[in-house]
Amino acid sequence: MSSYLYYPGCSLSGSARAYAESLAAILAPLGIELREIDDWNCCGATEYLTLSPLRGYALIGRNLALAERQRNGTSTLVAPCSACYANLAKTDRYVRDSAVLREQLNGALAADGLRYTPGSITVRHLLEVLIEDVGLDELERHVTRPLHGLRVAPYLGCLVSRPDYDGRWSRHEQPHELDRLMTALGAEVVDFPLRTACCGGHMTQISPNTGFELIRRLVDAADRCEADLLVTVCPMCQMNIDAYQGEMNHHFRTSYHVPILFFTQLIGLAFGLDPKALGIGTEIVSAHRALGRIGIEVPVAEEEAVPAGHAAREGRRAPRPQRLPMPRLDEDDR
Amino acid sequence: MVSAARIPEQGAAIDHRFIDEIRAATAGESRLEQCIQCGTCGGSCPSAADMVHTPRMLFAMARAGFREDVLRSNTPWMCVSCYFCSVRCPQEIHIPDVMYAIKAIATREGVAPESTGADFSRTFVDNIHRYGRSFEVGLVARHYLRHYPFRLPGIAPMGVGMVTKGRMGFVPHRIRGVAGLRAILARAGELEAAGLGRVGRP
Repeated sequence: MSSYLYYPGCSLSGSARAYAESLAAILAPLGIELREIDDWNCCGATEYLTLSPLRGYALIGRNLALAERQRNGTSTLVAPCSACYANLAKTDRYVRDSAVLREQLNGALAADGLRYTPGSITVRHLLEVLIEDVGLDELERHVTRPLHGLRVAPYLGCLVSRPDYDGRWSRHEQPHELDRLMTALGAEVVDFPLRTACCGGHMTQISPNTGFELIRRLVDAADRCEADLLVTVCPMCQMNIDAYQGEMNHHFRTSYHVPILFFTQLIGLAFGLDPKALGIGTEIVSAHRALGRIGIEVPVAEEEAVPAGHAAREGRRAPRPQRLPMPRLDEDDR
Repeated sequence: MVSAARIPEQGAAIDHRFIDEIRAATAGESRLEQCIQCGTCGGSCPSAADMVHTPRMLFAMARAGFREDVLRSNTPWMCVSCYFCSVRCPQEIHIPDVMYAIKAIATREGVAPESTGADFSRTFVDNIHRYGRSFEVGLVARHYLRHYPFRLPGIAPMGVGMVTKGRMGFVPHRIRGVAGLRAILARAGELEAAGLGRVGRP
């Protein structure tokens, strides 16, 4: 049994509930224990750094200080959310590098009797822990229902392999870690060129047309690769591509239907676990048909009154916008 | 594409220390003074098409001392923090951190451009002060009501889906140590106000 400190992040108890459920389901078979940091706080995403960098780092630093205090045989802190991971890892790196930031951060933490010793915690993304510590051989050993025939577009998003100040990933732009994991599960990995392109982050909120274009590029690329679905390691990416795909389609008058699941959900399916226990069916863009193609029965959501014949691969493809795939704003947005 | 970038007019107020101000407000070392104007940043940027100034132009303006124009530019607000520019930058400039620093200065002085960005950040941060955690429903609902009321009918089916699938909690979680967290943030605010200009020096 390997034990890790665990920072779930806010979205795992909300919009990314399926990520939390599927992660919980695969821990026991893999012999992993996650010890949640007691009373952790939001990492602030990019919002606090935008308003006040030092307060932003203090907010993140409180979590590192709590983790340091709760170290008990392990100093590895695992984050499943890419934004949380990037924030925690970056803060640790910056306070290691800058004596001034270290002094200011600890000056702020002292207001609540806390202190962080730079480098005392090693921050790692869940994906890295599964690949490096558990290992692909061990993962493969648990596969009872290989995902043969499922065409998967591996979508890592931005904040895992970048900025990567500690050199944990194979490449910044086209890392292969997620591909290797999906291959170990038996899935067919398509050559998805946008694997670390941006989902838009908070752009769906602050500049929707910018956000919709970034989402369109991703689902269009996945569709062109004839992927059955996208697989992600990040709640923000999942939320944007899943929950806003409908509004994006409305905006561009397209009809893409590209489901996006968490990698832990696909691991659970390959382990033969019950789809419902993995949060399958909580996605807005249903993965029902995609998974049905490889014989996995999942609960049908109410919106799936899909015309017959739509399940055929040819029928799935969305009509192409009649123009080059270039960034563009509508006339009234200029 | 947005309209042609606006070049500051001759005679506009010049602040030659502005680049130092940005460097000082950037956590870690910005390396902004190392920019060689190659344009790799803008060429790598997924949202450059919606920026009034490309990052390269913004940095040239900062170096030339066009403080006002830099602070009023929409460029930092269009930055999605994807770090493509920063891993490709031959000079290893910490571009997203520079963007945060510019946004923080602009917000503090109330000159942030017409954008819902600063308001979204404030709403997000308000929730953190109140609960210690993010509150997705409150955040999105408040933001949409305030800025995109006409979009609500379009987004309603998604909202209903999120609720029926149990992905939206209506009760925010408040951490036990929220008072301590507020004390930490208040102290950090004081340190930042007193020592702004010190954060960035290694």
